[in-house]
Amino acid sequence: MARAEAPEDPTAAAGRAAIVDVPPEIVAQSLGEWVRAWLTRLRAGQSGVLPVVLGLLIISTVFTAISPNNVFVSAGNLVNLFQQSAVFMVLAMGEIFILLLGEIDLSIGYTAGVGGVVAVQLVEPATTKWPWWGAILAALLVCAIIGALQGTLITRLRLSSLIVTLAGSLILNGVMLITLGLGPFSGSPSLQGTNPNIRTLYKLMWGTIDPVVSWIGMVLVVIVIGSILWWSDSRRRRSGLVAPPASLTVLKIALIAVVGIVVVAICNVNRAAIGTLAGVPWVIPIVLVILAVWMVLTQRTRFGRYVYAIGGNPEAARRAGVNLAIVRTWCFVLCSVTAGIGGTLYASYLGGVSNNFNGGQLVLYAIAAAVIGGTSLFGGRGKMLHGVLGGLVIGGIYNGLYLLAIDVQWQFIVTGLVLLVAVTIDALSRRSATSGSAARV
Amino acid sequence: MAQVIKESPSTAEPLLKLRGVEKHFGPVQALYNVDLDLPSGQVTALVGDNGAGKSVLTKCIAGIYQIDHGQFFWEGHPVQIHSPRDAARLGIETVYQDLALSDNLDIVQNMFLGRERLRNGLLNEDDMERAAGQTLANLRVTTVRSIRQPVASLSGGQRQSVAVAKAVMWNSKLVMLDEPTAALGVVQTQMVLDLVRRLRDRGLAVMMISHNLNDVFEVADRIAVMYLGRLVVQDWASAFDRQSVVEYMTTGKSGRTVPNAQDKGQHGAS
Repeated sequence: MARAEAPEDPTAAAGRAAIVDVPPEIVAQSLGEWVRAWLTRLRAGQSGVLPVVLGLLIISTVFTAISPNNVFVSAGNLVNLFQQSAVFMVLAMGEIFILLLGEIDLSIGYTAGVGGVVAVQLVEPATTKWPWWGAILAALLVCAIIGALQGTLITRLRLSSLIVTLAGSLILNGVMLITLGLGPFSGSPSLQGTNPNIRTLYKLMWGTIDPVVSWIGMVLVVIVIGSILWWSDSRRRRSGLVAPPASLTVLKIALIAVVGIVVVAICNVNRAAIGTLAGVPWVIPIVLVILAVWMVLTQRTRFGRYVYAIGGNPEAARRAGVNLAIVRTWCFVLCSVTAGIGGTLYASYLGGVSNNFNGGQLVLYAIAAAVIGGTSLFGGRGKMLHGVLGGLVIGGIYNGLYLLAIDVQWQFIVTGLVLLVAVTIDALSRRSATSGSAARV
Repeated sequence: MAQVIKESPSTAEPLLKLRGVEKHFGPVQALYNVDLDLPSGQVTALVGDNGAGKSVLTKCIAGIYQIDHGQFFWEGHPVQIHSPRDAARLGIETVYQDLALSDNLDIVQNMFLGRERLRNGLLNEDDMERAAGQTLANLRVTTVRSIRQPVASLSGGQRQSVAVAKAVMWNSKLVMLDEPTAALGVVQTQMVLDLVRRLRDRGLAVMMISHNLNDVFEVADRIAVMYLGRLVVQDWASAFDRQSVVEYMTTGKSGRTVPNAQDKGQHGAS
């Protein structure tokens, strides 16, 4: 057994070579070490969310510089930008469930459309008069059924998700148009009016929280997130497990606090030309709650772990006893439900629904947002946060080009180019990762 | 291997005993009347040419295939293995050649895949990380930089070690390794063979499928040879030499007279 120790050395060297693949936070014991490990990874082309954050900075700088009177960074426009991006963010988060599996869902645009139309139709006081919450629940239920049907076809009959959801997209477009035509609204039921149910749906996007309440809420959220982070990190440090250094935990909490303060400060500026309009729009906490719930589901539960495992190696997951069909079908259900939320928010944004609801474009923007944010199209790599960051990029481009009064065709071209860059980064980082490990086998 | 107590197979009850196991796929008979013993604390090498039935036999023991005839005896008691779950319940774990690891998950996540520990309905990462670290330390798999690194970043030998550690984590008593050294270089092969010895030293029954006779003679206590669906011979590794194993593998019999091997070979070939 003396020989046992001898061969360890060369493999230890291989382990050192693998430093590039190791997230810095899991090996560093001090802040300095962490920064060095992070820089090493950065040079090796593995940088997490850094590209998309840099992209956001570039977009803001460029549009601020060239927009008339620097209107891009005005409080009014930034809040508007967030409202525009919210729909992309929510749809992208839905799509990430599917992308993590290594599949794709092309139907979420019109799933969102059907959801939005159902919600708006049901609250109309002239016809069904449903309470707002009942209408939203019904819309989400319809979307869940759509997702379950498509998911069942894909997992049980082993049809290609691309084709099933492409067909689904066409069918749902038709269903949306039929549902739009119901009732005495000539195809465009609206959310304008004084009925409280209609007002509530309208305020999902346009309602604001009182500035003082906004501050209090932000402080509470930061305290809760901060103490969860601090508590779990310090418990890991105490029990001798790999944990980020305390200074890094503090830095993370400080970053969250700064983002919170900046967002609330911007939203609390009076952005109305006449009168007062200030406070955090409802849609910000709505998006944050969706993000938080889906983050916990994907990162902290068995279900989430199985989603990643299936995306990484379905055969390994199957042998580990994971029921692939059930997990996959649930992903399609969750994706469609999330799309339904996005559709309801979009209906609120448009102040009603009509055949202007462009599901075909929404789905492309949603996939683009997820990929730009850093989620891989090949499955197994991605996070819910990527949907939010990618949604901001798409929203930023959309908003900035609109401010410059540039025609819509250029907006398509620029968004397409950004998507191409993101897909290229995804493919290249995947290639370098596989060739890197192949060289070490 | 001085530390191995060489008991006669007839006196010690093997952990798993196969008697008269047969398996066919439609008209094709894959296993004929296989009698195999897998004793605890010993490494049994299962060798044979391609198509000899090694993989089918492994999958029958792992519960992936159901046997048509014959019996399994686990610690002397007759048992049925109808599914991988049955096998896992008995304490049988298999490390397949493709290792079945998810590249995008880290070592802890891979080791606990399908059996995650929960606390209040959420994953108990701290607990799992501690247990995984303990298992790896016990097996002296110490070359990995962090057990939180993704499996994609590991070398071939490290991956094999993680797959083996995953298999022994569950109080398993029998570990079957399918070609554990096939894709590895010299140093990595040594690392895996050392790991196999440590499993044996911990009292596990180890079955190792291998084509590489160097590895077999280096680590195996017992050798069982398959030829065209039959188990033609099984005995102590010391009863064979390289030439006789090759003869058994290619012709199903050996012209060499190794006394002990002869009578053991009879019942397998019947």
